Amino acid sequence: MDPNRNPTGRARADGPAESRKRKRRGGDAVALPITAVSSPSTLHPPPSILPFLDWYRTMLVIRLFEEKVEKLFSDGVIRGTTHPAIGQEAIAVGVCSVLEKNDYVTSTHRGHGHFIARGGDPNRMMAELFGKATGYSGGRGGSQLMADYALGFLGGNGITGGSIPVATGAALSAKLRGTGRVAACFFGDGASNQGTFHESLNLAAIWKLPVVYVCENNCYAMSTPVAKAIVIPDIATRAGSYGFPGVVIDGNDLLAVREAVGAACARARAGEGPTLIECKTYRLSGHSRGDPRHYRTREEEAFWRKGCAIKRFRTLLMKRGDLDAAKDRKVKQQARAAVAAAVRFARQSPEPDPATLGEGVFA
Amino acid sequence: MTTLTYTEALREALAEELARDPNVFLMGEDIGLYGGAFGVTRGLMHQFGAERVRDTPISEQGFVGAAVGAALAGSRPVVEIMFMDFITLAVDQMVNQAAKLRYVFGPQACCPLVLRAVGGGGRCYGPTHSQSLEAWFTHVPGLKVVAPSTPADAKGLLKAAIRDDNPVVFMEHKLLYGSRGDVPEGDEAFVPLGKARLARVGTDITIVAWSWMAAEAERAAVVLDEQGISAEVVDLRTLVPLDIETVLASVRKTHRVLIVQEASKTGGFGAEVGCRIFENAYDYLDAPLRRLAVPDVPLSASPLLEQAAIPDRQRIMQAAAELVGENSEQ
Repeated sequence: MDPNRNPTGRARADGPAESRKRKRRGGDAVALPITAVSSPSTLHPPPSILPFLDWYRTMLVIRLFEEKVEKLFSDGVIRGTTHPAIGQEAIAVGVCSVLEKNDYVTSTHRGHGHFIARGGDPNRMMAELFGKATGYSGGRGGSQLMADYALGFLGGNGITGGSIPVATGAALSAKLRGTGRVAACFFGDGASNQGTFHESLNLAAIWKLPVVYVCENNCYAMSTPVAKAIVIPDIATRAGSYGFPGVVIDGNDLLAVREAVGAACARARAGEGPTLIECKTYRLSGHSRGDPRHYRTREEEAFWRKGCAIKRFRTLLMKRGDLDAAKDRKVKQQARAAVAAAVRFARQSPEPDPATLGEGVFA
Repeated sequence: MTTLTYTEALREALAEELARDPNVFLMGEDIGLYGGAFGVTRGLMHQFGAERVRDTPISEQGFVGAAVGAALAGSRPVVEIMFMDFITLAVDQMVNQAAKLRYVFGPQACCPLVLRAVGGGGRCYGPTHSQSLEAWFTHVPGLKVVAPSTPADAKGLLKAAIRDDNPVVFMEHKLLYGSRGDVPEGDEAFVPLGKARLARVGTDITIVAWSWMAAEAERAAVVLDEQGISAEVVDLRTLVPLDIETVLASVRKTHRVLIVQEASKTGGFGAEVGCRIFENAYDYLDAPLRRLAVPDVPLSASPLLEQAAIPDRQRIMQAAAELVGENSEQ
């Protein structure tokens, strides 16, 4: 395969100049060139090595957590549904590593990564997936509905686009009450076609709300390629219709995510209003458990696997001298241990008591 | 105690709650300078500022969802839906977001949100500006539903709704806005959610209703009394939580029941009330219970067709008299 040719027709995410050159190919189902990519990651090393390793470890925890969850589903241990965020780790970690402690985060149906990155406890998350009483929602929410308000994590969402106005409202409250908080709102390319997206962006614009809209464009809304659902190449362009900046970044570049979110947060905190950040990425696994992935080729997947955000970050750390093979093994071991502990915790946790079924409908 | 219209009573409740709690704010289409399509918020923007009496674009889903988010973040939004029919556009945010939060996320999630929705017909506004859609929301666990019929209850229940930590659908009625009544001042007016009002005491038949139909039932009862039929009127006021005990106590006393709703018949809240009576007080009934409702048709704009559809005091009187008659024939 020609290394410069992306089987999706998308520009490769590793070279900004090359990305800008590449034009959308007609008739190609997934044709979303990255029209603007922030400066190469290596130019913006944060001062300390520690957060670098923390971010790397957190991405690994998300990846391993999701892989374990997929396995537990296919083994029939976990019931219901789940939407793994495999491949999208850099966005979750990039965004959450920039936010302040009191900021708000709203998530999606594909929210495990966001929650882990925000500081969610993998034990209680796994227990929730197992439907156990110790889970974040005591077994009532499952994969899509977990929250921790102490972390400002207002929850995942079962409705595509459902959390976009909720984040907008949290930002409205922050503004009205003068708390200085920012709301970060995760959603996907599919959600950007919902009315909630358009109505919320407009509200945030007219009221100059401190909200950062983070669109994870992972190329597919379930099986529908973005190009079949949206004719413009970049969803970020839509921000212009509402009168505020939209930026396109390489969502598999953690430092690029951080940079864009940092600028958006600064703008929000200065009272200048919202920003839409479109993170180009790829969902490496299926949409949900049992997705046969007929709508895309294995070559396309292999291509994106090569550009995996975690691999790229590891390479960067090695280049910087922050990581060597031994250290890498140690970090991976830590991540594996965290996931193994989560499964143990979930397995050993008690089932919810059916007698509590009627409790807590109302405050 | 002052005599106020239903509109003035609502406005007084809003003003008092805005003054009492800085976290309360109002949001809706044309509620600021214009004062709301029915004038409920008139003057409040001047009093409390445009930040707290906030005009919105025509984006029901967006601003109702924003109200959910604001409520979660510590505010107490009160949203006006200009016509209850427009609530269709925001149902996802009420049903899939607001209603589920507490049950799923537990005590950490608090969603104190009031949706003031203007329901009901009688003004010839036609099929999409006249509906009574309360049953959609009574069907969803996690939402409270309130439908006052008097100025005093309008004020008292709105204050209670605003202070409640749950999402509340607060149904107002176009035809009630001009009605007058005595309204207590300040917090004296407070009416807790979940308590029905015995609007009139009687012995021969129980009439259960809410909103405009409760007002019509009260008027019907006055005339029935002159005809020698003593009707007891239970104004539910709050549909969720439902004060079924007050209904059952009345049915056990009168042994006959007529349920009146302005919504279309099938799947209406009246069916729920009727079923609860059957489940809990079947042995007390001396005649089959009866429902009056809009037939299962959309409402029309024509005055004649609209009148033909919506129950009124005449039909309530007639149905009540028939029910009492059925008993006497036995």
